[in-house]
Amino acid sequence: MVVFEKPKALTDNQLHYCPGCTHGIIHRLVAEALDELGIEGKTVGIASVGCSVFTYNYFNCDMVQAAHGRAPAVATGVKRANPENIVFTYQGDGDLAAIGTAETVHAAARGENITVIFVNNAIYGMTGGQMAPTSLPGQVTQTSPYGRDTKTVGYPVRVSEMLSTLEAPAYIERVAVNSVKCVKDAKRAIKKAFQCQLEGKGFSLVEVLSTCPTNWGMTPDKALNWLEENMKPYYPLGVFKDKTGGDN
Amino acid sequence: MSEKVLMKGNEAIAEAAILCGCRHYYGYPITPQTEVAAYMAKRMPKIGGVFLQAESEIAAINMVIGTAAAGCRVMTSSSSPGISLKSEGLSYMAGCDLPALVVNVQRGGPGLGGIQPSQSDYFQATRGGGHGDYHMIVLAPASVQEMADMTVKGFELADKYRIPCMLLADGTMGQMMEPVSLDITAPEKIEKPWAVTGTGCKRAHNVVNSLSLNPEELENWNMERFERYKKLAEEETLYEEYCMDDAEICVVAFGIAARVSKNAIDAARAKGVKVGMVRPITLYPFPKAPLLKAAEHCKSFISVELSMGQMIEDVELAIRCKRPVTLCNRTGGLIPTPEQVLDSILKANEM
Amino acid sequence: MTTKILFAGFGGQGILFSGKFLAYEGLLEGRQVSWLPSYGPEMRGGTANCSVILSDTPVGSPIVNNPDVLIAMNLPSYDKYENAVEKGGKVFVDSSLIARGAVREDVNTYFIPATRLASENGMPTLANMIILGKVIKETSVIPFENVERALRKVISAKRADMLDINMKALKLGYDYEG
Repeated sequence: MVVFEKPKALTDNQLHYCPGCTHGIIHRLVAEALDELGIEGKTVGIASVGCSVFTYNYFNCDMVQAAHGRAPAVATGVKRANPENIVFTYQGDGDLAAIGTAETVHAAARGENITVIFVNNAIYGMTGGQMAPTSLPGQVTQTSPYGRDTKTVGYPVRVSEMLSTLEAPAYIERVAVNSVKCVKDAKRAIKKAFQCQLEGKGFSLVEVLSTCPTNWGMTPDKALNWLEENMKPYYPLGVFKDKTGGDN
Repeated sequence: MSEKVLMKGNEAIAEAAILCGCRHYYGYPITPQTEVAAYMAKRMPKIGGVFLQAESEIAAINMVIGTAAAGCRVMTSSSSPGISLKSEGLSYMAGCDLPALVVNVQRGGPGLGGIQPSQSDYFQATRGGGHGDYHMIVLAPASVQEMADMTVKGFELADKYRIPCMLLADGTMGQMMEPVSLDITAPEKIEKPWAVTGTGCKRAHNVVNSLSLNPEELENWNMERFERYKKLAEEETLYEEYCMDDAEICVVAFGIAARVSKNAIDAARAKGVKVGMVRPITLYPFPKAPLLKAAEHCKSFISVELSMGQMIEDVELAIRCKRPVTLCNRTGGLIPTPEQVLDSILKANEM
Repeated sequence: MTTKILFAGFGGQGILFSGKFLAYEGLLEGRQVSWLPSYGPEMRGGTANCSVILSDTPVGSPIVNNPDVLIAMNLPSYDKYENAVEKGGKVFVDSSLIARGAVREDVNTYFIPATRLASENGMPTLANMIILGKVIKETSVIPFENVERALRKVISAKRADMLDINMKALKLGYDYEG
């Protein structure tokens, strides 16, 4: 009999995420990767500011809660202190691509041997649905009530593509979690990112396209479709950088 | 005692930090503290340490947070505008109870200000600098020897109390050379059971965190932290008294201002004026007790500062406004001359 | 006894090095010393100065506002600091770069064509040490017989070849009778 179990790397705490939010899936994928690689005991996670701020309550590994946008710098400090630790950050799009752009770009540019899990749901969730650096052109949010106007606020940032222009990063891939197939693929990518760090190959980042039914104002299933139809054309899935030399 | 060597204040900080076990330094270039970074860049790779030039002051302080959270002695240094950038991180460090040493070699402000010596970050340092209910330990060296000694002291106190410590120097202290003896040994391993080093799947996970959405819990954290501040004030307050036994006028000055004031006090004493000095070495906790005691026999106080008058408020509070306190100051990167301080002393004597 | 010395000139003339050398010899003699440079953009080609104090008692302020000894290596420095010198103090002027004579009559002023002597003697970068040789002669701030040990402290091992020429420059200034 196969029993569906919670990964060991997750605590028993109940997740606080909204119904239909895909953060829960991504937490699980990270935890499964830690379990399967047998690295929970030497992993240190860095929680960021945003919906995933309480990540430190959900992962069983040691955790630091960082200031908004600063997780890659904190991760750098942890990793440089104890290079044998596996260090990851878990950041949303506001945290990583707006307030923390410098920390993100420079951790990547240094080839810092850490893993970044970047959850892109094209909106600020925790503060109630404001425009994110990754909100799509025309997307209606609390702070773009007439739709994101590219004439005044420009275009969304494609983080994976941007970082892949840098020399140092070892592995950058964009995945999604809006279908079973996508989830399985996301799992492979996340595990590979940690593997990359384990092998000392340098900076790895997995961008996960995610949904925010609450702030998008949609039912969960409609949100999954919206991701498919609107986000994927602007944020194509795929591997943008891979210096790991392993199987993809 | 080890042989005395001639060293710049900034270099003395860096070498003292290394000798007392600091193996991680993160910084960003800014005058007049850059020698600290340059020294670390040269030395750290040779002793298996980490020197990393961060992309910003903000990143540097957050790297400090990461390394402190991982349980290692770690420092950063900057100068006034850079400290403003670090202030967010300082607040988080206080909230997370992380020990580390942050050096501020002050220059004139506000804004980009200038690059010459200043003490105008006194409020920022002693009140904490960032948001929220907290303090840092603030040490104010007045010689190159003290730059080294206070660096060691700063790490010790930070570790002992789990409070971030700021070494508040100024451009003069950083740039000047004086003989310094570095009799410093690194402590035995300091146990930090709260550090994030990996659970080894053998213990509950450690969480380094300043967030609580439960006001009662957050209040409790703050209360506990202020108990430590209280203990710190009771046990660790440092100051130097100079010619205070029979003093009728009390000069209060720290850092370079205290050095200048000594000349003025000597000159005033030569004229028969009974003047002395209380030099705070810890600016937080501030040496309130010796000042209050001085108020019993001193008719007036003079606060000598390289600012528009910041410490003077603490002097007035310490003596509970029992005696008049006058300000003798220069600002913008200028330093009061001994003659200016002497003039203030003579005026106070006529009162 | 306390001697307050101010070295002033252009960046690149070895102003800070001369001061450091003197301070080191003071240290080796067991005296109290301090060395304080001007710093910032003016170091790069503009004016540079440094305050050195040698004393038998702890040094109070390390800032020299009124020097007992002034070494002026260019005209702006001479103009700026001549009036600040303590009455009865000593002023050393690089007369190859400073055309004017002394204004002050209550100080002793020595004119040394240090830059010219330096280039004539194949040591174009050592005008500072030539003038310092004269300072040592006229002020006895440090004994001349000890200069080598201080030089060894301030010249890095990698530049050990510079030791002899620095010694030669000091001697040249020490023996200069102008």
